[in-house]
Amino acid sequence: MARNPGRPLSPHLTVWKWGPHMLVSILHRATGTALALGGGVLLVWWLIALSGGEASYARFVDLMTSDTTGKLNLIPAVILIGLTWSFLQHLCSGMRHLLLDTGAGYELKKNKVGSISTLVVSIVLTLFIWIVIFFHGAL
Amino acid sequence: MGTGTSIGRVRGLGSAHEGVKHWWHQRLTAGSNLLLVTWLVVSLFRLPLWDYRALVVWLSSPWVSVALILAVVSAFYHLRLGLQVVVEDYQHDFTRVIAIVLLNFYAIGGAALAIYAILKVAFQGAVA
Repeated sequence: MARNPGRPLSPHLTVWKWGPHMLVSILHRATGTALALGGGVLLVWWLIALSGGEASYARFVDLMTSDTTGKLNLIPAVILIGLTWSFLQHLCSGMRHLLLDTGAGYELKKNKVGSISTLVVSIVLTLFIWIVIFFHGAL
Repeated sequence: MGTGTSIGRVRGLGSAHEGVKHWWHQRLTAGSNLLLVTWLVVSLFRLPLWDYRALVVWLSSPWVSVALILAVVSAFYHLRLGLQVVVEDYQHDFTRVIAIVLLNFYAIGGAALAIYAILKVAFQGAVA
């Protein structure tokens, strides 16, 4: 819709004091988009590579991991750790949204604690999962 | 939705002309994603190895392949609904139409490719 530049814009992002709920709300959209595009493409790529047979899967693994150590290369590691955190943040924030949909948790203090806890849980679980993966030795 | 009187045909649809279907399906698929993707993560971590043979044996089980197909359908439908809202917030007029068409191609195409690959492994097993 074309906006008439002569009319004032309703003030929004710039006039509010920042709170964790605003960050979590923006992160919900950002992580959702990252998962939808990055996670979707990677999942399809992984499955197609697997369905192509042993040689095709070996090429996929070869691209993702180092020849000498067998560990993940830096760029795939950053992408996968980023997607893991995005998934967990979107999951926690999504469950918070389902709770908020019932009308609960809008009191200032509760809302603040709820939004901060999605960040804490997602970061702690991401660290836990990747520590397990690196010590598990599968990658 | 009624098919009789004109008021019956529009009742409950609201200004978006499709009622709360989008909102409700976003929540429904959020729930099914929660179950199915959590299952996927746990199932992958229960595997002793993530090499080709282990993954093919894993994916050949109907319990795994069917659950994974359901996860793909649920996740791609959920992302289709979610990205639609993002597009509608930031794109207007002609670019919005183009973006929504591309989004539909991506969601349906991605899900179709994933489901085909899962079925191929499930039916064919390991290929040298």
